[in-house]
Amino acid sequence: MAQTLYDKIWQAHYVGQRADGNSLLYIDLQLLHEVTSPQAFEGLQLARRPLWRVNANLATPDHNVPTTDRDKGFSGITDEIALEQVLTLDENCKKFGVEQFEINDPRQGIVHVVGPEQGATLPGMTIVCGDSHTSTHGALAALAQGIGTSEVEHVMATQCLVQNKAKNFAINVSGRLVPGVTAKDLVLAIIGLLGTAGATGHTIEYRGEAIRALSMEARMTLCNMAIEAGARAGLVAVDDTTIDYVAGRPLAPKGDQWDRAVAYWRTLVSDEDAVFDQTLDLDASQIAPQVTWGTSPEMVSGVDQQVPDPDAMSDAVQAESARLALDYMDLQPKQAITDIKLDRIFIGSCTNARIEDLRSAAAVIRGGHVADNIKQALVVPGSGLVKAQAEKEGLAQIFMDAGFEWRAAGCSMCLGMNPDQLGEGEHCASTSNRNFEGRQGYGGRTHLVSPAMAAAAAVAGHFVDVREFG
Amino acid sequence: MQAFTTLEGFAAPLDRANVDTDQIIPKQYLKSIKRTGFGDYLFDAWRFTDPGRMGMTPNERSLNREFVLNQPEYQGASVLLARDNFGCGSSREHAVWALQEYGFRAVIAPSFADIFFGNCFKNGVLPIALDAAIVDELFSQVADGLELCIDLAAQTVTVLGSEKVFEFTVDPALKQKMLSGMDDIDLTLAESALIEHFETGHRERQPWLFRD
Ligand code: SF4
Repeated sequence: MAQTLYDKIWQAHYVGQRADGNSLLYIDLQLLHEVTSPQAFEGLQLARRPLWRVNANLATPDHNVPTTDRDKGFSGITDEIALEQVLTLDENCKKFGVEQFEINDPRQGIVHVVGPEQGATLPGMTIVCGDSHTSTHGALAALAQGIGTSEVEHVMATQCLVQNKAKNFAINVSGRLVPGVTAKDLVLAIIGLLGTAGATGHTIEYRGEAIRALSMEARMTLCNMAIEAGARAGLVAVDDTTIDYVAGRPLAPKGDQWDRAVAYWRTLVSDEDAVFDQTLDLDASQIAPQVTWGTSPEMVSGVDQQVPDPDAMSDAVQAESARLALDYMDLQPKQAITDIKLDRIFIGSCTNARIEDLRSAAAVIRGGHVADNIKQALVVPGSGLVKAQAEKEGLAQIFMDAGFEWRAAGCSMCLGMNPDQLGEGEHCASTSNRNFEGRQGYGGRTHLVSPAMAAAAAVAGHFVDVREFG
Repeated sequence: MQAFTTLEGFAAPLDRANVDTDQIIPKQYLKSIKRTGFGDYLFDAWRFTDPGRMGMTPNERSLNREFVLNQPEYQGASVLLARDNFGCGSSREHAVWALQEYGFRAVIAPSFADIFFGNCFKNGVLPIALDAAIVDELFSQVADGLELCIDLAAQTVTVLGSEKVFEFTVDPALKQKMLSGMDDIDLTLAESALIEHFETGHRERQPWLFRD
């Protein structure tokens, strides 16, 4: 029977059924960070259970590491509780023998940037992490899912996930994105169409001409936000772009193993006549740069549009949500998106802090300067290696000359667990993935955009259409 | 894990769609290495008017009297009545730990986000998906005191004091696990031979996946 890419990866990892009828799925790689792993390690220790397979785990601290004073290592962390978490991860990794990119390792970074960068993420793998944006790794045709802490412990102890198979959702994107429009805009537009629960219970496969034309990093942005449409995982099939990206990475297979692996990876595409449970078709060329105006990623418009009017919405629950959102965001119905004034700019996160993202933001700045009304503009690279690369290419200098702060790698203001946070009532143009109430700081107001849009907004002090900017 | 068989208790309403886990437990309270201590910060930004810190007790905070869970009639509720896509967003299991510690043992909504839904079953909290129309009906009665009896074995929600009984569906394996309160890891480790057998074949088929 014809299979989808998801069906194939599922089948290749299906262990069998437990006595109680639940399916077991074998997991090739578990990524660990300091926030969702301590309770899992503690559980293992209490039950005196070993890790099933030590080398199937890889750790790095990212969520609450500071982005300044990193040369001080642990003592650069001023928040005592954050320090306890980072130290606990360190201790647990040592105790259990898990490989870790420590706080001052040049390879440290956001787990979802580090995995692909190191070649730890490989096509056809099953990957889990106690973080919902694990879906990012699906760009490499890996079935990658976010899991809760009990599941983290379960995978540690058994190398398996207890799971029912999801349904298949095809998102077919024809045409090409126009210059100035990125994978971030594409995925925001998709979430706007589907809603945040539109793909619940499904694995998304992004397909079509527009997807094939995307770089690996752009595909990661796309898969990163599959969870924001309710899907636990997003996938892109293997092609030359995938293979070229993996080649030569530190943890990628070498020699004979490489040839064997590539031959297998080439099969990781949906069969021609595979059947999907749901489909969504859209044309990339019709998509404008996107800006979220509300408190859920589905509350999004083109930059050339207006904030919607809740009174004009036919669905009562939706209208009420929009009213609450506009109230929280302090926006008026029918206000032009380009009239939204900003206080802070954040370029970072596992969605948009890879080298291409920084290049695209730097290209927009081109000698411009951060506007006077912007209190702070931050650039936080996704990993230590991205940071080093950007410094080598002169991007860091462009940002600093323009008035941006150049920081060390971590999640930073994406969720504001470290000191990088929004103040109450402040509007932020952010390249991250969630605009939930208070996500970036208590009372903060987040607008999700692409790196190029964030850079243009930094210079203008409000949102502008990057297609017409400069 | 605490088993779930039957629950009698009254419901509290949270009339919002897409309630995300950042609202259920904000990130400033994730800085703990324990599984407990989160109940005081459930729905923190809605329950309180001041930004709190981990370690602060509700007595030290300023309560938002308008927020529904702070109203006297809903104190001690054990069933949360919610809207579509409850628990979307982050995978943080802390969201379930917070609900449970606050006193909720069941959540009724038209739909749930996937990861949250699974996390509930790991912690003896029962997520019940009912038709939107039924949830609407429950919302309309909740202000007058809505006492429910939830029977997992029978898969029913009974409105006490009325003839109303609503049936719900639940995955049979998850149901069994909740009823018994059995440890998930023990259940899987009982299949160690199966896992090892698979692993041997997997290693032969895709040796590059094994760095050991
Ligand atoms: S960058 Fe943001 S979304 Fe990504 S892992 Fe970190 S906190 Fe989560």
